[in-house]
Amino acid sequence: MAVASAPAGARSILERPPAARLPDRILRYGLLGLSSLILVLIVFFFVRLISEAHPAFSHFGLFGFTFGQNWNVEASQFHALPLVEGTIVTSAVALIIGVPVAVAAALFIVELCPRRLSQPLAILVDLLAAVPSVVYGLWGFFFLVPKLHGIETDVARALKWIPFIGGSSITTTGPNLFITGLVLAIMILPIVCAISREVISRVPTDHKEAALGLGATRWEMIRLAVLPYSRVGIVSGAMLGLGRAIGETIAAVFLLGDASRIPQHLFGQGYSLAAVIANEFGEAQGLHRSALFAAGLVLFVFTLLVNGAARGIVARSSRTSRVPAGGAGGGGASAAAAVGA
Amino acid sequence: MSAAAPAAGGINARYGVSARRRRTDVAMRGVLLAGTAIALVPLLLIIYYLLHKGLSSMTSGGFFTSDPTGASAGFFGGAQKIGGIKSALLGTVEIVLIASAIAVPIGIGVALWLVEYGRNSVYANIIRFFVDVLTGVPSIVFGLFIYIVLIVGTGSTYAGWKGSVTLSLLMLPIVIRSAEVVLSLVPGALRESALALGAPRWRVIFKVVLPTAASGMVTGVLLAVARAAGETAPLLFTAGVTNVTTLNPTHYQNSLPLQIYNDFIAGTTQNFNRAWGAALTLVLLILIVNLSARFISSRSRLG
Repeated sequence: MAVASAPAGARSILERPPAARLPDRILRYGLLGLSSLILVLIVFFFVRLISEAHPAFSHFGLFGFTFGQNWNVEASQFHALPLVEGTIVTSAVALIIGVPVAVAAALFIVELCPRRLSQPLAILVDLLAAVPSVVYGLWGFFFLVPKLHGIETDVARALKWIPFIGGSSITTTGPNLFITGLVLAIMILPIVCAISREVISRVPTDHKEAALGLGATRWEMIRLAVLPYSRVGIVSGAMLGLGRAIGETIAAVFLLGDASRIPQHLFGQGYSLAAVIANEFGEAQGLHRSALFAAGLVLFVFTLLVNGAARGIVARSSRTSRVPAGGAGGGGASAAAAVGA
Repeated sequence: MSAAAPAAGGINARYGVSARRRRTDVAMRGVLLAGTAIALVPLLLIIYYLLHKGLSSMTSGGFFTSDPTGASAGFFGGAQKIGGIKSALLGTVEIVLIASAIAVPIGIGVALWLVEYGRNSVYANIIRFFVDVLTGVPSIVFGLFIYIVLIVGTGSTYAGWKGSVTLSLLMLPIVIRSAEVVLSLVPGALRESALALGAPRWRVIFKVVLPTAASGMVTGVLLAVARAAGETAPLLFTAGVTNVTTLNPTHYQNSLPLQIYNDFIAGTTQNFNRAWGAALTLVLLILIVNLSARFISSRSRLG
């Protein structure tokens, strides 16, 4: 090899002259610079948000702001618990309704339906992600609110022994927490369904055939082979959907009302962290504005925790179980990208 | 399912599957089918309602050619003239185009670095983590951030380009993640053969890697565009609302989502009708982008 025997210090005939290597360096460090820009951006983002929210946190205390019970603009009292609870209740409704439906649809599309139908069905469910949130808000307000009012009253009457859900004196005619949760459920459905489809389709055929070969029915195969294998991926998909539901703003503005007190009733009005920012930021000044930034920060931390938990679940299970590391996490990521989540 | 059920039932019966297990099987299949049907109900309802409410607004004269002021020709003529959605439609297109012009080069650049140079280094994984953090940020929080930096920070007012910057923050993680997936699918053998033929790294990237991955990356970009076009919250405090059509991104710029939002707040029947027309327009716009993304990805060489 001529290269190897070249005297030390002398340039090999295969090596490029320094000038020809310049574009390579420019590209390499240029791209590195772009990537570092992302880091700088996020650090700057955090610093600015915290510095804007600082007056509210120092005035009410970090704990007092987040868990105090009074959000009153006139009295300059800003405690976010009513908003936090509104966010939690609506997201919980979204999860309870949205996830089972999404997983059932994913199981049906991947395991049960005729092969020719599965692609069109998957595309149809994905199309739910193409409807913008402002349109969901509009539709929910003009369609769901009037259509569901009777049913809500009946349910509340029938379940009147359950606190928070039941009650015979429900007079709300307008927007409420439940309808917001229902619309959020529809909005997270395509995300959870896409990720579930992805992980369910990664269940090894061997496992499924083994179950069928032992005499399992289709459902037993799903229960014994498919669900245990894909459970982790489905949970992380649900968490991603939850992150989306927590941050949803405009649908909540349209459908939640703006009752800035602790939610009294599932079919009553409420408020959420995201909705309060959209509603009040336009005319907010001084401490009020700082409180809205603080609400934004609390919201951000919430979504961060939820997304972190989703990744944590995937990471832990890939260490301890058979699910391949890239399987649940990587598949979830690409499926989430596919619906633009 | 219906074709497979009798055969499976027959086999199960022959090998002594108990009636209880068979009933459970049939019942659970029914539950899963019902779940799928329930998932599709909202889609049908929304499409029906949008067409039912929006089509008449959309097809009335001047809906696309007059501004929401009602000053020029058209929509709901006579004394009740309230105007169409010209400024909102053009505003949305321009804001999203500028947002893409910011997000796409940066996003693809970062994805290239991650795949070609960073690979599995610690620093690359830190950047991946931060991109994931970016994915989780609620869109309204991006709006707050840009408001503080570009509006309070510069002492100026709302402007179309500030809305574009906000949307580009939203698009960035989607572009990076999808481009990273596609770029990492480019076969290593392609890169190696180009390098073995003596091509420098940058030529390999521009002449081999990027062209191979192009159609897949276009899909990711289009999905990001479809997502950004429907966002309302980040534009509330950045691009502002205006009735007048302007193509100058340093002025207030209207957009379809904000037009819908404002018409909803305004609360008259005419406003609602315009909102439905605007909503139908917006959904059609997003649908076109979304479906072309799927079409391109189905023809992509990298699957």
